[in-house]
Amino acid sequence: MSQDPLEGCRISAGKKSAVSLGKALHPPNLLVVVEGTCGACVAASPVSAPEGSCSYNVAHHHLCVCVRVCMAWQGLQKGETLASLKQESENLRRKLEEERGKLTDVELHQVAEKVETVAALSIKTRRVLKGHGNKVLSMDWCKDKRRLVSSSQDGKVIVWDAFTLNKEHGITLPCTWVMACAYAPSGCAVACGGLDNKCSVVPLSLDRNENVTAKKKSVAMHTNYVSGCSFTNSDMQLLTSSGDGTCALWDVESGQLLQSFHGHTADVLSLDLAPSETGNTFVSGGCDMKANVWDMRSGQNIQSFDNHQSDINCVKYYPSGDAFASASDDATCRFYDLRADREVAVYQKDSIIFGASSVDFSLSGRLLFAGYNDYTINVWDVLKGTRVSVLFGHENRVSRVRVSPDGTALCSASWDNTLRVSRT
Amino acid sequence: MAEGSKDRGGPGPAEPEEDSPNMIVYRKMEDIVTRIQDEKAGGVAIRTVKSFLSKIPSVVSGADIVQWLMKNLSIEDPAEAIHLGSLIAAHGYIFPINDHVLTLKDDGTLYRFQSPYFWPSNCWEPENTDYAIYLCKRTMQNKARLELADYEAENLARLQRAFARKWEFIFMQAEAQVKIDRKKDKAERKILDSQERAFWDVHRPVPGCVNTTEMDIRKCRREKNPHRVKKSVYGVPDDGQSQPSPVHVSSQPARKPTREDVQKEITFLNTQLDRHCMKVSKVADSLMTYTEQFLEYDPFVSAVDPSIPWITDDTTFWDLEASREPSQQRVKKWGFSLEEALKDPAGRDQFLKFLESEFSSENLRFWLAVQDMKRRPHQEVSSRAQEIWQEFLAEGAPSSINLDSHSYERTSQNLKDPGRYSYEDAQDHIFQLMKSDSYARFLRSNIYQDLLLARKKVNIQLYSLSAKKSLFGGDLLFNFHGQDF
Repeated sequence: MSQDPLEGCRISAGKKSAVSLGKALHPPNLLVVVEGTCGACVAASPVSAPEGSCSYNVAHHHLCVCVRVCMAWQGLQKGETLASLKQESENLRRKLEEERGKLTDVELHQVAEKVETVAALSIKTRRVLKGHGNKVLSMDWCKDKRRLVSSSQDGKVIVWDAFTLNKEHGITLPCTWVMACAYAPSGCAVACGGLDNKCSVVPLSLDRNENVTAKKKSVAMHTNYVSGCSFTNSDMQLLTSSGDGTCALWDVESGQLLQSFHGHTADVLSLDLAPSETGNTFVSGGCDMKANVWDMRSGQNIQSFDNHQSDINCVKYYPSGDAFASASDDATCRFYDLRADREVAVYQKDSIIFGASSVDFSLSGRLLFAGYNDYTINVWDVLKGTRVSVLFGHENRVSRVRVSPDGTALCSASWDNTLRVSRT
Repeated sequence: MAEGSKDRGGPGPAEPEEDSPNMIVYRKMEDIVTRIQDEKAGGVAIRTVKSFLSKIPSVVSGADIVQWLMKNLSIEDPAEAIHLGSLIAAHGYIFPINDHVLTLKDDGTLYRFQSPYFWPSNCWEPENTDYAIYLCKRTMQNKARLELADYEAENLARLQRAFARKWEFIFMQAEAQVKIDRKKDKAERKILDSQERAFWDVHRPVPGCVNTTEMDIRKCRREKNPHRVKKSVYGVPDDGQSQPSPVHVSSQPARKPTREDVQKEITFLNTQLDRHCMKVSKVADSLMTYTEQFLEYDPFVSAVDPSIPWITDDTTFWDLEASREPSQQRVKKWGFSLEEALKDPAGRDQFLKFLESEFSSENLRFWLAVQDMKRRPHQEVSSRAQEIWQEFLAEGAPSSINLDSHSYERTSQNLKDPGRYSYEDAQDHIFQLMKSDSYARFLRSNIYQDLLLARKKVNIQLYSLSAKKSLFGGDLLFNFHGQDF
C-alpha cells in the first residue's frame, strides 16, 4: 500500500467549501469526487488523520479522508492555481498585444515623411569644464540656464557657472560613485547621492567662505545605491530611484517618506518627472528592462513598457509630456507614446554596438540627443527615426547628456573627467 | 523594430551572465572580429607579410579593417569606422603589432587578431603577480621586439619593490614560462607573444590610454565573476592574499514570481486592457503638430534673436528673458495652450491681470494657491489646505469659486484629512473651466493682443526682487488677496 493512498489520484474539486465523498477506486486510478462540507474547512484547523487510515469507508473515515483530500486538494490548488494564473497572465498579455497592435495603423516615421528634414547640424564644443579628478557620472542644469551641478566617482560634487567656467561650490561626500545629482528649482540647493545609499540636500550659500559640505542634510534613505534624483516642482520634495528596486518621494524638510513606488524587479537606474504644471506622474527605467509610469499620488504603476532587451539606463519625457524616450544597454534608444500605450520608434544602427547611457530632447522635441558608452553622442530625428549627427570629442564613456532649460546648449558628462557644453 | 515579447512563461531567465550588459557588447564585438577573419564569407585576407629579413605572420592592414567595417556595418564616414575599430582594439580584440597603444589607423599599419583565450568575455582580472611574471619574463628573453617600454620598465621597478619578499618565486615562475615558450614553433611564438602583449596592453594600459576594463559599478554584480576572484593567467595558485574587489550585492535576491506577483500582474493587465488608447496615426499627428509649433523656439534648429550666449559670450538673450519684457515670439507661445501661458511667469501675470480687470480672478488665484500648497514642506500642507478652504470654498468665502456639487463634496471629504492632493479634483475642474472660458477671452483681449502685436510697449514691473535674484527664476509666493505686487 503506498504511503499516501491518494497518491496519483486525479481529484476534481468542486467549490472550496463543498466536499463530499464518492466511490473510491483502488489507487492509482482513484478518482475522488469530493463534495459536502469538509471537516478541515469548517473546523479552524484540520483534524489529523489517524496513522494507517487508508480505507475509504465513508461512514468511518469521512472526516479523515475529507481532511486529507482537502489538504491534498489545497496543495494541488496552490500548484494548479499558480500555473493557471500564469496562464491567465500570459493570455492577457497576448490579448493586450493584439489590441494594441490593432491601433498601430501606421508607423511614426511614415507619417513623418511629410515633415521637412532637419538641416545638417554642425555642433561644436563651446566649453570644456575641467576639475573633476575622476569619472563624471551625472549632471543637472540650474533653471538659470547657465549654472550646473556635476558629480563624480571621486565623491565630489561641483557647482559651476558653465558660462564663465567658474567653480562656485565644491561638496565632498564621504562615499565614492556619486551617481545622482540635481539642482533645486530655486537654484538655492543641490541634491546628491550614490553609493552611500542616501540622497542628501545641500543648501548653497552665496558666501564663498562658508563650508557648504557642513550643511549637508540626508533626506532619502534607501537600502542600496541611489541611482537618480530629481526635485519635483519645488525645493521641498525629492524623488529618488535606487538599486534596491524602488523609487521614493521624500519631504525635504523632515526627511519623511511621502510615497514609495514598488514594481520594478531589479535596480531602478533612472527617473524623470512629467513636465507639466499639474502633472503627478513620472517615468522610471531599470535593470529589469522595463520602463514604468507611476502616479505620484497613489504610488501605483499606471503604464509599463518592456521593449528593451537589456538594462534601461535613462528615461526622459518628451516636452509635451505625452511621450518619453529611453536609452538602453541593448544599444538602442526608443520612443513611446503614452496615449497609444506603445513604443512608436526605435533609434538604432548596425554600427552602434555600445550601450546608450543617457538621452534628452531638444526644446521642440524634434531632436533626441543620446550619449553612448562608445564615447559618442548621436543626435536623432525623433519623428523620422534617422540619425542627424554624431558628436565625437569625449575620450571615454558619455555618462549623461542634458539640454539646458532654454534649449540653447547641450551639456555632456563623461568618464574622461570632463563636462562639455556644445551647440550648433 | 522591436522584437516580439520575450518568453515569460519559460523556466526562468537564461544564463544571467550572458544577458549582462558587458557580455552583450563583448559578444557583438566578437561577432564582428569573427566575421572579419572569415575570408570565405567576405572577410579580410589574413596574410604573412615579408619585412626586411623576416616574415610577419597572420596580419591585416588597418585600411582593410576600416574598409570592411564601412562595407559590412553600413558606415558612410570613415571617421566613424576608425572610431569603432579603435574601440574594438581598445577592448583587445585586434591590436597593432608594433604599438602598445590600441587604436585603429586607416593605413598600412599591420594588425593581428587576439586569441579567444585572451578575450575580455572570459572576465580576466589578472593579478599584479601575473603582471610581474610577465614583465620579468620579457627581460629574460633577448629579443628586440620584447624590450620593455619606459612605462613598463617603471612598472617593473615598482613591482619589484612591492613584491620584494616573493621576488624569487616570481622569478622562478618567469623562468618556467620562458622554458614553456621556447618549446613552441618560431612563427607561433611571434604570434603568441604579440597576443600576450596585447592582453597586457588592455589590462595595464599605457599611461594616458583609456582602461577599457573599468566597469560601471551598477552593473558589476551580474558579471560572470561577480566577486572578481582573480584567476592567474599563468596558472599561479592564489596565495590568498588577494582580496576580492568590493562589489555591490543585490538587496533584492532574484526570486521566482509568487502567486501575489502574478495576481498583481493580472490586475495590471486588465487595467491596461480597459484603457482607452489612441491610434498611432493620431498620436503621430499630435507629436508632429507639437514639434512643428515649437520648432521656431528650438535653438538647435532655428535661429535665435539676438544671439546665443554660448557662442558670442553675450548674455543679452538671457537678460531679456529675465527682464519679463516678453518678446512677441514669447507672447505667441502663451496662445498655444493654457499650460504654456501658465508655465511662463509673465504669461501667468498677464492672465491674472486680465482676470482682475474682469473681476473674476478667484479661479486662477485658487489654482495658483493649490500649486503653492503642493510645493510646501509636508508639515505646512495641512494648515495651508485649511486656509485655502476658508478663502475660496467655505460658506461666505471672500474669493468664492464655483465648483460643481460633486467636486465640492469630494473636496470637503478630503479636507477631513487634509493632504497635498486634497484639491486635485477641484483644481482639475477649475483648470478646465478657465481653459474653456476665461482663457479664450484672454486671448482675444486687448491686454494680450497689444503684447502679441507689440502695439504698446508695456513695461512689466511685477517684482521688487533685485536683478540678481531674478536670475534664478524662483517661484512667487502668491498672497491670497492678490493685490498689488
